[in-house]
Amino acid sequence: MASEGTPAVSCPLPLASGDHVLLAHGGGGRLMQKLIGDVFLPAFANPLLAKLHDGAVFPVEAGRLAFTTDSYVVQPLFFPGGDIGSLAVYGTVNDLAMCGAKPLYLSVGFILEEGFSLELLQRIVDSMAEAAHKTQVQLVTGDTKVVDRGKGDGLFINTAGIGVVPPGVIVGPHRVQAGDRILLSGDLGAHGLAVLSMREGLRFGGGIESDAAPLHSVVAELLHSGVDVHCLRDLTRGGLASALNEIASTAKVGMTIEEQPILIQEPVRGACEILGLDPLYVANEGRFVAFVPSAQAETALAVLRRHAVSHNASAIGTVMGSNEPLVVLRTLLGTNRIVDLLSGDQLPRIC
Amino acid sequence: MCLAVPGRVLHIEEGPLLTATVSFGGVTKDVSLVLVPEATVGDYVIVHVGFAISKLDEQAAQRSLEAFAALSELGEPEESAP
Amino acid sequence: MKYVTEFRDSKAARALSEAIRRTVRRPWTVMEVCGGQTHAIVRFGLDALFPPDLTLVHGPGCPVCVTPVGLIDQAIHLASLPGVVFCSFGDMLRVPGSARDLFAAKAAGGDVRVVYSPLDALALAQAHPDRQVICFAVGFETTAPAFAAAVVQARRLGVKNFSLLVAHVLVPPAIGAILNAPGNRVQGFLAAGHVCTVMGCEEYDELVRRHRVPIVVTGFEPLDILEGVLLLVRQLEAGRAEVENQYARSVRRQGNPEAQAILREVFEPAPRAWRGIGEIPQSGLRLRHAYAEFDAVERFRGDVALVGEGGVEDAECRSGLVLQGLLKPPDCPAFGNRCTPERPLGAPMVSSEGACAAYFRYRRRTDSLQEVRHGE
Repeated sequence: MASEGTPAVSCPLPLASGDHVLLAHGGGGRLMQKLIGDVFLPAFANPLLAKLHDGAVFPVEAGRLAFTTDSYVVQPLFFPGGDIGSLAVYGTVNDLAMCGAKPLYLSVGFILEEGFSLELLQRIVDSMAEAAHKTQVQLVTGDTKVVDRGKGDGLFINTAGIGVVPPGVIVGPHRVQAGDRILLSGDLGAHGLAVLSMREGLRFGGGIESDAAPLHSVVAELLHSGVDVHCLRDLTRGGLASALNEIASTAKVGMTIEEQPILIQEPVRGACEILGLDPLYVANEGRFVAFVPSAQAETALAVLRRHAVSHNASAIGTVMGSNEPLVVLRTLLGTNRIVDLLSGDQLPRIC
Repeated sequence: MCLAVPGRVLHIEEGPLLTATVSFGGVTKDVSLVLVPEATVGDYVIVHVGFAISKLDEQAAQRSLEAFAALSELGEPEESAP
Repeated sequence: MKYVTEFRDSKAARALSEAIRRTVRRPWTVMEVCGGQTHAIVRFGLDALFPPDLTLVHGPGCPVCVTPVGLIDQAIHLASLPGVVFCSFGDMLRVPGSARDLFAAKAAGGDVRVVYSPLDALALAQAHPDRQVICFAVGFETTAPAFAAAVVQARRLGVKNFSLLVAHVLVPPAIGAILNAPGNRVQGFLAAGHVCTVMGCEEYDELVRRHRVPIVVTGFEPLDILEGVLLLVRQLEAGRAEVENQYARSVRRQGNPEAQAILREVFEPAPRAWRGIGEIPQSGLRLRHAYAEFDAVERFRGDVALVGEGGVEDAECRSGLVLQGLLKPPDCPAFGNRCTPERPLGAPMVSSEGACAAYFRYRRRTDSLQEVRHGE
């Protein structure tokens, strides 16, 4: 996409501004106004954003707010089953949902690299708008910065989100206790492998699609169903293994999980075998675990299975007494293995 | 050492590298058959770092599995005894 | 996955485990040479299926673990040169050289890329004719033919900006070195099925003749490993020492002639230092003279000379003893305190197949595992 099509910058006010992001798009002047007016406002259209104030002002219902932020730097920007735009909405919506909150408002910050294609930006913004519409959140405030060419990776997005936690809902690792059943919402590893399948040098085919999806509806129904949900956690970076380890160490409990009910699509399993990756550690963007009292596990599973995003939900394990915060996997062979935190990312191996 | 996985040859592209499309449980990867030129479409090959290193002998695999099954049967009566 | 899933069947695993228990009457120490088998043992918890009298020692068959520090220093130096794209298998990036690892070289501005195949590195060279693409040729006899084929293809295509930093090692000399080491405890070997897929079994006949030690060529799935162990203890209990082939679906006695031919065409045996163990005669490979133009050491002679070959291994790291089966990782004074996966002193604490890392992650807390088990 080099510099072809970039007009002579000597023209002080290129109305069309060419096909690429210019430094001036972040400069606070007319070009930035134009970017906001042409690209962001129409896509994210809502009354709060339309005020174009320094921030969004809105009333809140009585109760508690949940507030979260996340930055999105995924490469490639478009991958099978999703793109960085929808991911930036779903990711933050899901983080709010994991707090037991109904997601309401999102902020969005774009960091654009000089020379980034405006057409791609438009596609990403449209994807965000569609994701916002689908999840019924509003993108109410935003920011755009442009960095010099070579100082960014095309585009980064930060979103922050605010949601309301319904009265009586208390969800968090501190509530996890011995005897809780651990429910897994679906198959593992598709997102991580879908992204990996596009990487130069690792490329493979076969149609693994990211599982990226919003989880707020199923969580809302779960919370309304009368199940006393103790904890929710989405299984993003580090996958199921890391999520369970984090909760075990916060809650100071042990956990045992079974390999047998953990679902992994055949192509994901195949890709993991050839690259030497353990699917338990691979990232997901539309999967979560729920910790619920054992007596309510069946009710909770029934709710999960009613939603497309979690129709493959199953109970995979149990919280043990206050041992060391260990996660132990009972393998298909009936042996036990400790599932520990990794030092860093999993790397494709040859051994 | 040497992570190598069996996959099924779906398609072969003639050429110096004898590049084949190989399916591993549905996921496909380009694999060179230059070290296993006798492999044909439908064969299972064992693949290491992008190269097939052997044609999987399906009869030998079957014999192994039958031996395992026989051994399991032997152990069966004790396990299923009331 | 066909030919994978069936070899993970729990009922057959229990039956094989029972058969091993019934066979073992005396204490035996056997080694799985290959890091891939170590990985499977750890991942599937296979050691729980062996009787207490049977000790499995994790061998030196992790190419990432035995690549000498000096070569890693050279890799880091080459990766840091402007205009170079340095390609490596992923698990090599975290292995410490004298001072830092390839990740640190990447962070400092080096263009370091993870590849799945030598052909991916060759493709990068074609895509970037203005850059020098160097690929770290790590691995045993299984992997060397792939690099050889990439070199032959590079010559055929006239690709001039592609070279290898060769770190290939050979298995039989290492087994010989283990058997010759004073204090050797290993009484039988599971040989690496994929190495033998390429090389065949004959080299192992020689080891059996010379050392009267049973060797079972073994695959990598749980049932393969269990059956390999069963065949091995049967030989040990009967006082036999033979080469047996458990992995018949992939290994022919003569190996893979095409792979051997291209390996010999491009590489020749050479002395090689193994990390922690020291030099083993004729245990490595180097590019033949006819392919010297693809040797990164030749192409970047001046730069490599700056680094030298020495490399400083951490004085406290006793990985050499671990890799030869002479020391269990938890018995190393640095284990778990001064040496952890986050701050490794030696390679076996890095790689997920590394014996020390495997112990650290899975066995450090055996007591807790017992508790959990009893709590069920």
